[in-house]
Amino acid sequence: MVYQSERLRHAYAGRTVLDIARLDVNAGEVLALVGPSGAGKSTLLRLLNFLETPTSGTILYQGRLITGHVPLEIRRQVTTVFQRPALRRATVRENVAYGLRLRGIPLDGAVDEMLGRLGLLPFARQPAHTLSGGEMQRVAVARALLVRPRVLLLDEPTANLDPYNVGMIEEIIRADNAERGTTVILVTHNVFQARRLAQRTGLLLSGKLVELADTATFFNSPADPRTAAFVRGEMVY
Amino acid sequence: MERGCARDIQLNDIARGLEQAIRLILAADPELLGIIFLSLRVTGLALLISTLAGVPIGAGLGLARLRGHGLITAILYTGMGLPPVVVGLFVYLMLSRSGPLGVLGWLFTPSAMVAAQTIISFPLVTGLTMTAVRSVDPALRVQVRSLGATRVQEAWAVLAEARIGVVAAIVAAFGGIISEVGAVMLVGGNIAGRTRVLTTAIVLETRQGEFAFAIALGVILLALAFTANLALLRLQGKL
Repeated sequence: MVYQSERLRHAYAGRTVLDIARLDVNAGEVLALVGPSGAGKSTLLRLLNFLETPTSGTILYQGRLITGHVPLEIRRQVTTVFQRPALRRATVRENVAYGLRLRGIPLDGAVDEMLGRLGLLPFARQPAHTLSGGEMQRVAVARALLVRPRVLLLDEPTANLDPYNVGMIEEIIRADNAERGTTVILVTHNVFQARRLAQRTGLLLSGKLVELADTATFFNSPADPRTAAFVRGEMVY
Repeated sequence: MERGCARDIQLNDIARGLEQAIRLILAADPELLGIIFLSLRVTGLALLISTLAGVPIGAGLGLARLRGHGLITAILYTGMGLPPVVVGLFVYLMLSRSGPLGVLGWLFTPSAMVAAQTIISFPLVTGLTMTAVRSVDPALRVQVRSLGATRVQEAWAVLAEARIGVVAAIVAAFGGIISEVGAVMLVGGNIAGRTRVLTTAIVLETRQGEFAFAIALGVILLALAFTANLALLRLQGKL
């Protein structure tokens, strides 16, 4: 088990945005969390990436209780690819290699290999901010994967991207999960993407985890009527 | 007719001034070189002190979310608009024989000029650095942390993103103090060979009707400011 969380609650200015009784994440699985905007999906990822401390409740990471200050060696096992890729004012290669530089790991052929896998080699020396949205997101994915995280958190990584970029990003995530056993937690509006990638899928509504099941059950025979409605594409709040 | 004559004379002076400027520069006139050297020394030293103190403080203010940062910002922005002559008066009173710092014996020395120019440039460097750091995309900071940066690495990454703004802050401060006259005139006294800099020399030469020499000095002052801006554009990759 990578994460075990209990009575996890998070509030901003007194308003509760996340309130999950229990969430366990298995090592090496791809877990998708779907739900409408404002459901608390991104907040949950920030807590799991130790970017924020929950208002109350507990998070165990690999059996270790996470409180206040999180040791660097644990923080460096988890990384997030956000919906909007935040790139540095530098070349594509420098951006992709940035996580390794932070860790003081010497750059070797791995950078070029990763650039090649995501079709970025032709742009390697180009300033990152001159790329298209899809290319920028591929840079962000390459940068995250190059640090070989144990847990990869994906916050709407392919929202607003064209099918070519979506396919390329999904393929490398699938491959990394299969080859290295990376645990992936994917937050998405796109139920089709959840179905394509995840072994388990959960529905978050108004900060609460309505249902979490293996992906086939979630989509084919959901237990909760709200899940059934969401899967059918109906408006659910 | 008379008016036209006066204009001819002025245009003549400008032409002669430019010609003399080139001649003085090419001849490496010792008096001129002394004035240029002192200007650069005073301004350079004031800028160095302001940069060494102002960049870290500005970066810290930009990165931290201090209680009352609005008040700090207001104070800094007010400091950025300090009238040099008021700063000169303040430094003069501090350093005059009966002032609290009179024992230093700095009045009418380059040290007093450096002190005055430091007071003028420090808020500029600090305030503009703070603004540059605050304007860095907050998402980048979160992303850098998510990639496993330490606090120092995170601060460094933000500062690196703000580097063009920080350089602009330093160049703006340079432009502000190399061209100011009120403060250095008051605390330096414009003493030939000791505290005469480009701006105070221009005032003196103009008052004495030595327009050509004044114009020569003006051209050099402009050339220095132009060079500083060229360096900025180069750093921004726009040249």
